[in-house]
Amino acid sequence: MTARQRRMLLVALMVIGVGAAAAFALSAFQDNLLYFYSPSDVTAGKAPADRTFRVGGMVTEGSFHRPTGSMEATFVLTDYSHNVTVRYSGVLPDLFREGQGIVARGKLDPDGRFVAEEVLAKHDENYMPPDVADSLKKQHQDAVRKSQPAT
Amino acid sequence: MTVELGHFALILAFCLTLPQAFFGLAGAAWRKPHWMALTRNAVVGHFVLTAIAFVCLMRAFYLNDFSVLYVAQNSNSELPTMYRLAATWGAHEGSLLLWLLVQATWTLAVAAFSRSIPEVVTSRVLGVLGLISAGFALFILTTSSPFERLWPAALDGRDLNPLLQDPGLIIHPPMQYTGYIGLSVPFAFAIAAMLEGKLDSVWARWVRPWTNVAWVFLTCGITLGSWWAYYELGWGGWWFWDAVENASFMPWLIATALIHSLAVTEKRGLFKSWTLLLSITAFSLSVLGTFLVRSGVVESVHAFASDPTRGLFILTFLAVCSGSALALYAWRAPLFRTDTGFAPVSRESVLLINNVLLVGATLLILLGTLYPMFLDALDLGKISVGPPYFNIAFLIPMLPMLLLLAPGMHAGWKRASYERTGRTLVLLLGVAIVAGLVLSLAVYGWHSVMTTVGFALAVWIGLAALMDPVSRLIRKQSLSASIVGMSVAHLGLALFVLGVATTESYRSETDLSLRPGQTAELSGFQFTMTKLGEVAGPNYDAIESEIRVTRDGEEIAVLHPQKRTYRVQKNPMTEAGIDSRWTRHLLVSMGSPLGDGAWSLRLQYKPMVQFIWFGAFTMALGGLIAATDRRYRSRVTADATVSTTTGVKAA
Repeated sequence: MTARQRRMLLVALMVIGVGAAAAFALSAFQDNLLYFYSPSDVTAGKAPADRTFRVGGMVTEGSFHRPTGSMEATFVLTDYSHNVTVRYSGVLPDLFREGQGIVARGKLDPDGRFVAEEVLAKHDENYMPPDVADSLKKQHQDAVRKSQPAT
Repeated sequence: MTVELGHFALILAFCLTLPQAFFGLAGAAWRKPHWMALTRNAVVGHFVLTAIAFVCLMRAFYLNDFSVLYVAQNSNSELPTMYRLAATWGAHEGSLLLWLLVQATWTLAVAAFSRSIPEVVTSRVLGVLGLISAGFALFILTTSSPFERLWPAALDGRDLNPLLQDPGLIIHPPMQYTGYIGLSVPFAFAIAAMLEGKLDSVWARWVRPWTNVAWVFLTCGITLGSWWAYYELGWGGWWFWDAVENASFMPWLIATALIHSLAVTEKRGLFKSWTLLLSITAFSLSVLGTFLVRSGVVESVHAFASDPTRGLFILTFLAVCSGSALALYAWRAPLFRTDTGFAPVSRESVLLINNVLLVGATLLILLGTLYPMFLDALDLGKISVGPPYFNIAFLIPMLPMLLLLAPGMHAGWKRASYERTGRTLVLLLGVAIVAGLVLSLAVYGWHSVMTTVGFALAVWIGLAALMDPVSRLIRKQSLSASIVGMSVAHLGLALFVLGVATTESYRSETDLSLRPGQTAELSGFQFTMTKLGEVAGPNYDAIESEIRVTRDGEEIAVLHPQKRTYRVQKNPMTEAGIDSRWTRHLLVSMGSPLGDGAWSLRLQYKPMVQFIWFGAFTMALGGLIAATDRRYRSRVTADATVSTTTGVKAA
């Protein structure tokens, strides 16, 4: 092999290496994108059935149930127009409580309930996760639009 | 009155940055010694005034002066004195003032420790640093003054965020800032070199210790942050890949690349424009990090200020800083071309690959961090990128880098032969593979190929790092601080890899319900809840449980995890109970009451987790040792090592 051929081989190998690495990285990127849906999106069937995603809303007052001594909790998330029932087994975040905005990550089960792997609430009394705030605002606007009589 | 005095001092400090910048840059351009001397005076004055402003604010915290808005928002008379003082940088306004003070300190350090550097260069560097200080001082004065009064004064303050009431908070932010801002020094040196049109090995020798020290602080800052999140957030993760962590990690990666690229620039006069570009990028990423954290585009513990005008100011500042630096680069970079070649197998090649991989890793992290923000800003949907992406994306470039590290450390410049070291390296590789197999099969039990590879790489790198110093000691050769530093830093990396591989492969955790008298088991340890009661702290009340940990009937530890409620902000906080041994951590965190005296608990077993932080601190120690090398302190007039000085006749 001449020096030139050797150099070309080196370049080719590097291109293949970088290409493969980029392909790996991008497929990992694609696989790990978590989409955010509101309870209305979920009820409307917009959320994927077989994929992990995030859902966010307010925990409905009086909807939290956990049998005494058990870790299995269920509660209802709402955006004030539709509801999603969430099941979660594990330690809930410190600021989880009814009336608080939270985000849950997980999958839908065949009954249309959301099985959460993780529940997030922020460490601030007045905090509402921005995603939740946006989706609530949208629902509110839609509701206002619907309630106005058509002209 | 002192508060007004502080505000006034801050205004004067801003005013002084302007002559510092002007006389620094103009004095150097027109070669006026008097102007350049004035720059130094401005630097000292700016430092003194910023320090006065900072002390005034701290005094307001100490005296519980709740007529100051910032104090009323972030302190409380019940807060212990130590945290009251630390609360000075506990939120946006004060932390920016700390930022400015740190910037002033770096500038003063450059002015003081530049005896071996020509006055023209120092003057330019101080000038550029003056411009940066001016930007930040203006930012504080126009958008985030901590000196604003509150009328009528509050009776008591709203208290410091309980998450931040921790010794870790006292040192983490100053360390982190010192690192971030320290990167402005190589940035300023890069600008100075481009303005001068001259960049040689001597220049690299001036920049190297500064870059090292900034990198050391950044390493310590990030490590402390990780450690703090681990025990203070109470849930036992050491790295979450959240946007703020990434924002601090990206400049670190680029600074690491810069350290290695500077080595080539110093020793061989190569990679000059690349080094310049890295210097610019490292500081730009620090500012980008500040933007992400301060503008409220990301949500996290750190994002305390979501004010669009602040975000806009920093974004403009970033655009001006990096924009003008890159424009200068585009204009001047052709001057720094070099024709010296090197063989495909040589230290230059290895360091080039190291740089490509580090920059690649940074780009992948940048993609994962910014992509969701772009989509959100363009209203194209809300997504987040999960940690698995970052784990994979980071591992892809890091694995080849770790593989090349051991042979790379022993590659010679120009052309590596491996005549002397090859045999030993292969021998060490053999030892490493055996050690990796023993660790993964006999000690912890088989987990995966990657785990074994991780173990073997860690051992190989660790041994290879020790090879050089040990052989030199045996042959009674001199050992320079540079070599010791490099070996220690790489040994630190090996320890870090060992810690990560073990923790991530063999950790176990479980969430369960426990009431007093009940026992649970995890990884061969029995956890028995023996007591549950209330305790009161200085500014919080807590429910504390006592957990006795036993193994085969033998008591190992008694842990006291708490669930605290801070009286002012009413936030519940989880204080994990941790039993710490060299080889593992056991963590118990309390969740919430489940009724009937039962509590939800999270039990965790984390083998070797301390090696993660220990390894990172060892890396930092290595960087510090390397920065003390004697050749950085001797005055060099002519370029002795390389004769590829790029002179410039006209610009």
